[in-house]
Amino acid sequence: MSVDIAQFHQTFFEESFEGLDAMESALLGLDVGAADTETINGIFRAAHSIKGGSATFGFSAVANFTHRVETLLDQMREGSRPVTQDGLEILLQSVDVLRAMLEAVRGDGALPDAMAAEVQGRLETMLATDEGGTVESEGDPQAAPGDGWRIVFRPHQHMLQTGNDPIRIFRELAELGELNVRADTSKLPSLTALDPETCHLAWTLELRGEASEGDVREVFDWVEGDCDLAIEPLGRVEGGGGAVPVAAQAAPADKLPVQARPSAGEGGSIRVDIAKVDAIINLVGELVITQSMLGQVGESMEDSPHLDVQRFEKLRDGLAQLERNTRELQESVMQIRMLPISFAFNRFPRIVRDLSQQLGKKIELKMFGEQTELDKTVMEKIGDPLVHLVRNALDHGIEAPDDRLEVGKPETGVVELEAYHKGGNIIIEIRDDGRGLDRDKLLAKARSRGLVPDGQLPSDADIYDYVFHPGFSTADKVSDVSGRGVGMDVVRRNIKALGGNVEIHTEKGRGTTFTVRLPLTLSILDGQLVRVGDQSYVIPLVSIVESLQIRQRQVSAIAGKAEMYKLRDDYIPIVRLNEVFGDGSPYSTLEGGLMVVAEGDGNRAGFMVDDLLGQQQVVIKSLETNFRRVEGLSGATILGDGTVALILDVAGLIQRFRHGDPSSHASSGPRADQHNAAA
Amino acid sequence: MATILAVDDSASMRQMVAFTLKGAGHEVLEAGDGEEAYGIAQRKSVNLVITDVNMPKMDGIALTRKLRTLPGYKFTPILTLTTESTAEKKQAGKAAGATGWIVKPFNPEQLLATVNKVLG
Amino acid sequence: MTTAQSIDADHLNLAGAGEDQYLTFILRGEEYGVDILRVQEIRGWDNVTPIPNTPSYIKGVMNLRGTIVPIVDLRERFAMEVMPYGPTTVVIVLKVRSDDRERVMGIVVDAVSDVYNIGADDLKPPPDFGEVVSVEYVQGLATVDEKMVIVLDIDHLLTSGELRGVDRSAA
Repeated sequence: MSVDIAQFHQTFFEESFEGLDAMESALLGLDVGAADTETINGIFRAAHSIKGGSATFGFSAVANFTHRVETLLDQMREGSRPVTQDGLEILLQSVDVLRAMLEAVRGDGALPDAMAAEVQGRLETMLATDEGGTVESEGDPQAAPGDGWRIVFRPHQHMLQTGNDPIRIFRELAELGELNVRADTSKLPSLTALDPETCHLAWTLELRGEASEGDVREVFDWVEGDCDLAIEPLGRVEGGGGAVPVAAQAAPADKLPVQARPSAGEGGSIRVDIAKVDAIINLVGELVITQSMLGQVGESMEDSPHLDVQRFEKLRDGLAQLERNTRELQESVMQIRMLPISFAFNRFPRIVRDLSQQLGKKIELKMFGEQTELDKTVMEKIGDPLVHLVRNALDHGIEAPDDRLEVGKPETGVVELEAYHKGGNIIIEIRDDGRGLDRDKLLAKARSRGLVPDGQLPSDADIYDYVFHPGFSTADKVSDVSGRGVGMDVVRRNIKALGGNVEIHTEKGRGTTFTVRLPLTLSILDGQLVRVGDQSYVIPLVSIVESLQIRQRQVSAIAGKAEMYKLRDDYIPIVRLNEVFGDGSPYSTLEGGLMVVAEGDGNRAGFMVDDLLGQQQVVIKSLETNFRRVEGLSGATILGDGTVALILDVAGLIQRFRHGDPSSHASSGPRADQHNAAA
Repeated sequence: MATILAVDDSASMRQMVAFTLKGAGHEVLEAGDGEEAYGIAQRKSVNLVITDVNMPKMDGIALTRKLRTLPGYKFTPILTLTTESTAEKKQAGKAAGATGWIVKPFNPEQLLATVNKVLG
Repeated sequence: MTTAQSIDADHLNLAGAGEDQYLTFILRGEEYGVDILRVQEIRGWDNVTPIPNTPSYIKGVMNLRGTIVPIVDLRERFAMEVMPYGPTTVVIVLKVRSDDRERVMGIVVDAVSDVYNIGADDLKPPPDFGEVVSVEYVQGLATVDEKMVIVLDIDHLLTSGELRGVDRSAA
């Protein structure tokens, strides 16, 4: 039976990445002076597991590299090598190399050959400066096979207690050739004195065949030392023999069938707290009870199909219960995808440590609220933006130690990460006690870029918001740590793509706080239902700025086509949704019409709708699963009456509007109308 | 056919071993460390124990020693999984009373062959 | 609201070796067939939400027990004259394979006909139909009870061009 071990790769990768994370935290926590043995043991075991697994699953490059790491750790845990700062450095770098290697092997990226070679070189140098244990290679008795072998096998008394059975040994020998066994019972004590758990027998065996001495010895491998073994050739010894394979090992595959795998973000598995699963099981149990209660009401109506007060009340109660069950079940199931944010926060001690060293600054990292939970996918996607914000704080926020002392601050700067729940969202704050933003400098820069016309004085909040503008960096020196400031606008965009937002509060000389707000989940959205023609659409509440009734005199048109609305001091384009979607009849006039002002990607537009139908939470269903992505739509949802409502992609619609003539898409014409039997 | 106890702190190794042996018709019990394994061995009768050496709580060597103190496990084959092919690791296992060892890395076919050999 | 129609029991003989079972339906008097293993269910016509910027033969999407399923009107797809939808209109929900994945899509037909066992040998290659039905979508022709059944390749039919991901049409 051949077993495809590729199916275990996924688990191996997950387990190995976790192991690497554990190694890293433990290494960061190690005190060079008083290294805790148990901690070192833990680090060793993690490396050992990765080595064993990678060798088993055929990832030989990883196994080879890890072997050296393991050797170093082994020496440290045995005490034959002291734990030094250099040693820790090399080990931390090895963790980086292994991470990159495993990712490459999994399919995300190229093997980090240069980095690996460099770190490996340093590992070897370190290992060479101390005589570590040398690996003995197995002796390879190349005795030339002759006619066969005579084997005298005398087990020691205790041999049976190792679980080894001579019968099995003989069976194995018999596979090598023709076996003749003769027992020697001379040492057997009398029956009354016999202890059946000890071995008093010995055997002389003759094995005829082509097997080599090595092959024969191998059969006795496990009992070596628990027996007396003498092997002599039978008959003449001939010259020239074949090579003896000591232990048949499958050659580890050097080339792996690497498929393009989605990054760790999509797919994969999730560890769920058993308590959560139990909670769901209980809720489903309650649901079943409610269902059977409603079923009873239904059955009782079959006999007498009228709804008397009693039955009506039962029905109503049942339905209320159903509503409660469903809501609780929904909440409970959402909980499964929730993981503590510590998974995202865990990388920061290392980043802060490395960066502060690199920058020559003294920085202390404090983290709070690591147990705050958020959706797994949201967490994976918020990782990079958070890293950028933290790097920014370290690079631009916290001053150099001398500068801090000069202004009376402690030498060591403090960066705080805090996460907490608030009103259906998760809030992540990144606080530093550094130099804060210089409002005047920012304003000057904004003016020089033409973002703020002369004479206008934006509010402080607006000024600080410019930090998120593309290409905006007031850093005097461009350090390669956080880049040219091109990052901040990307950070905000990514956070918005998750349905969240990021704000900045700062005080010059005192510090800066970035506040990231994220929805707890990606698949449910708070939406405003609107009607356009016959159809209902959903506009994400988070995109809506305001809704108003149009006053015709605020409307103007450019080149007779693009309509604009004067909203206070701004002109925003008017999007006639009925024309975009080909629903409903054209408006005779816009006066008094309903317009929903919405914002996407920093741009605003006013969307004409026929009616506002109320706000509700909707579950986002994908259009792409069975159909395809449709421009202007970010998905669909199923309303309470079972019909499908389309969810508008505000940013996408605005984009499309700016680039093309919206009315050209109305050529599809009314469709469902054709099939209504009425004229 | 036989009841085998597989002990390894690495879930992927356990999965592979369990999958391979179950495919050959054996019943496989799993444990993540020596302590857990010892508990299982006390409650259920096991025909073969395959254990990794480096594990938290109780390692494979200690597990072997403890198992041998159980009357039902005096002669039960115990195999250790080791990546080191140096003599001392194997000897540590044997000194504790192990029957033999399997060197990592091994492939499923090798595992089956060794298991068959030991179960007779 | 909707009822799943059951398949005529008489013809539910197990297919023999080399034979496959096909569900047939009527479209403008002609009988067409699809591999029964691809048929997920059969429903009556229900509310469909039109999707903007799609060809007119894609009527829109329907809620199928929580999944969003696109619905294609085959008459329109084949450029035949359209018929009003009524209580006898039928939607056949199919499992369609495209690229590397499977999608669920529905087709609107005049009526469901029957289930037949058709052997691979009985499937004759189609002659050129001209503009009516492109030959790409026809797997072959079979004769059952002296009637001609046009066996369709639904993967090709339902996933060509317009139904695939289309790049942003923005200028």
